[in-house]
Amino acid sequence: MALPKYTEPHYRIWHYFYLFICGCVFFFLIAPLFVIFPLSFNAEEFLVFTDGMKRLDPDAFSTRWYKDMVYGTKNPWGLAAKNSFIIAIFATIGSIILGTLAALGLSSRHMPYKGLIMATLISPMIVPLIISGVAIFFFMAKVGLAATHLGIILAHIILGTPFVVITVTATLSGFDHSITRAASSLGSNPFNTFMKITLPLILPGVISGGLFAFVTSFDEVVVVLFLAGLDNTTIPVQMWTGLREQLSPTILAVATCLIVLSILILLTAELLRRRSERLRGINR
Amino acid sequence: MSSETQKILSTDGIPLEESLKQAEKKNKIKAFLLVTPLLLFLIITYIIPIADMFSRSIDDKMVTNMLPKTYKAMEQWDGKELPPEEVFEAFYLDYKILVENKTAGRLQTQLNYEKNGFKSVLKKLARKQKKFEEGNYKEQIMKVHKRWRNVDYWRAIKRRAPAYTYSKYLKGVDMYSNEEGKIVQVSEDRRIHRILWSRTLEVAFFVTLFCFLMAYPIAHLLATLPMKYSNLLMICVLLPFWTSLLVRTASWMILLQQQGLVNDFFVWIGLVGDDNRPEMMYNKTGTYVAMTQILLPFMVLPLYSVMKTISPSLMRAGKSLGATPGVAFFKIYFPLTIPGIGAGCLLVFILAIGYYITPALVGGASGTLISNQIAYHMKSTLDWSFASAMGLMLLTGVLVIYWIYNKLVGVDNIKLG
Repeated sequence: MALPKYTEPHYRIWHYFYLFICGCVFFFLIAPLFVIFPLSFNAEEFLVFTDGMKRLDPDAFSTRWYKDMVYGTKNPWGLAAKNSFIIAIFATIGSIILGTLAALGLSSRHMPYKGLIMATLISPMIVPLIISGVAIFFFMAKVGLAATHLGIILAHIILGTPFVVITVTATLSGFDHSITRAASSLGSNPFNTFMKITLPLILPGVISGGLFAFVTSFDEVVVVLFLAGLDNTTIPVQMWTGLREQLSPTILAVATCLIVLSILILLTAELLRRRSERLRGINR
Repeated sequence: MSSETQKILSTDGIPLEESLKQAEKKNKIKAFLLVTPLLLFLIITYIIPIADMFSRSIDDKMVTNMLPKTYKAMEQWDGKELPPEEVFEAFYLDYKILVENKTAGRLQTQLNYEKNGFKSVLKKLARKQKKFEEGNYKEQIMKVHKRWRNVDYWRAIKRRAPAYTYSKYLKGVDMYSNEEGKIVQVSEDRRIHRILWSRTLEVAFFVTLFCFLMAYPIAHLLATLPMKYSNLLMICVLLPFWTSLLVRTASWMILLQQQGLVNDFFVWIGLVGDDNRPEMMYNKTGTYVAMTQILLPFMVLPLYSVMKTISPSLMRAGKSLGATPGVAFFKIYFPLTIPGIGAGCLLVFILAIGYYITPALVGGASGTLISNQIAYHMKSTLDWSFASAMGLMLLTGVLVIYWIYNKLVGVDNIKLG
């Protein structure tokens, strides 16, 4: 932003100092992510920039860690990726269904005990993960679902629903209820009204809540560490194990893939947010 | 309501007021039914298990269940002198079953907590009692080891009788109840939990402070820049927000290692010598740096959403009335952002106080927090009741903060992205 011409010199200096500080903070936020990218193409086994890499010598770069990630015998990344996607997809579907229904109920002005119920529904987001992990582990062990996919999916539904509840409730806050009444008065049954009128309008909120639930499940490690057996290891658990034992470049290759995935998710979320704002008539 | 309105009837002849009430009731039930599936699901799989942690944390039935006959016989014993023959007999019978089932080891450990040296006495009894003859067990047991004549050991057994205990909570703050039943502190070199609690609070406080100091300027910049630039910069905030926690922790592990880029940079600008690179990981520095970067977006987003609503003309008005930019900022802009500051700080503080993954990976021994201790007891020592007690103590703290948050900001105002 340009300063007006009449700005006094000391204020001008202060302004550039402020911009410099902002630049540093942005650098601090974003730069660490980009260290991983070049190092994952390292030809050596070390996690430092070799002299060859600093000279941009093509021989110092290789894709061997990506090959190791896909074909490596010792690295169960394939199984972990499969498990992660299965768990995250089912957890997302579960969270979306339960969360959207609850949000529809909560947004009704007839809802009794709204504050108390909202606090209960959001509690998994507030309670520290380690405590959620302990409590969910005790429950799953009691009902015999520890070390099963179903157990982990249910656990991730618990952690994912608050996001769906929050985003859908936010979308519904600008919702014009007279259009559903109009549909009913024109003879549409409630289910039809929901599918044809309400759902298309709240869809951006539902999808962005679903994205949150997906990322929460895909990235979750604390609860899975308590619940998972050998067969249900996920990508974050594998990374956790790898980081604790030895930081290998293969982990960086996986991390690079995850960053690419998060860029895709970010773009989707941004598009949805803008679409939702346009639909709600908020122009910022 | 006046009598005139009460007379108004709806088409089917019911007074309008009643008809409205019925409709209202129907809507209430409808709304509640929509919430029910999730509410029930959460109560069964989440709320009840958390409540269950409480009963687990005070549960002390292990010894009681192992020595049922002994405790029944001990009911009559006043604990002043050596117990009568019945107690000795009951204890012999209980202990015989434990030795046969090969579970005597657990009793030995538990009673040794209560009275040092109990383990060896019990082990000796396990060996000798196979040759016991029927009758007069008091004499026979006392012959095995002279400590059985010491009434303190029998008192120790009796002290374990109650099926419920708050000793795990005392242990969580480095206290215990001694032989006379008084609550005392453990010796100074063993007070590890208090160090962990204070360190957790300290780390959470400073991470919140650093996040605030860094987030405030950039949130301000994002809120005041024209849309096309701020959208681009917003990605810098949102990309880390969406990126896996482990990926971000891994990148800090690479940056902060001794041969890492940060150390390279310090050497390059001549801050430290090449042979004298400081250790920045596996201590508190690593925890601070990594946690601040990871939690920063949670501070920026609430601040941004509040700053976005502040009209720039307010500052201009202040300046046109003669305020210097500094005065205008502190008298006008800053007070208006306080809701955002409250939201961001409490969000970051709550998240930081229960942090587990990052401290475990970059924290080392001096950077671990209370959640690491909970996980340690869950996975390594298997002292689940202690882990539950510590978890509930942490949860109480978080709920108090959450309650304040709710009073100040309201849960409904949490904004995501």
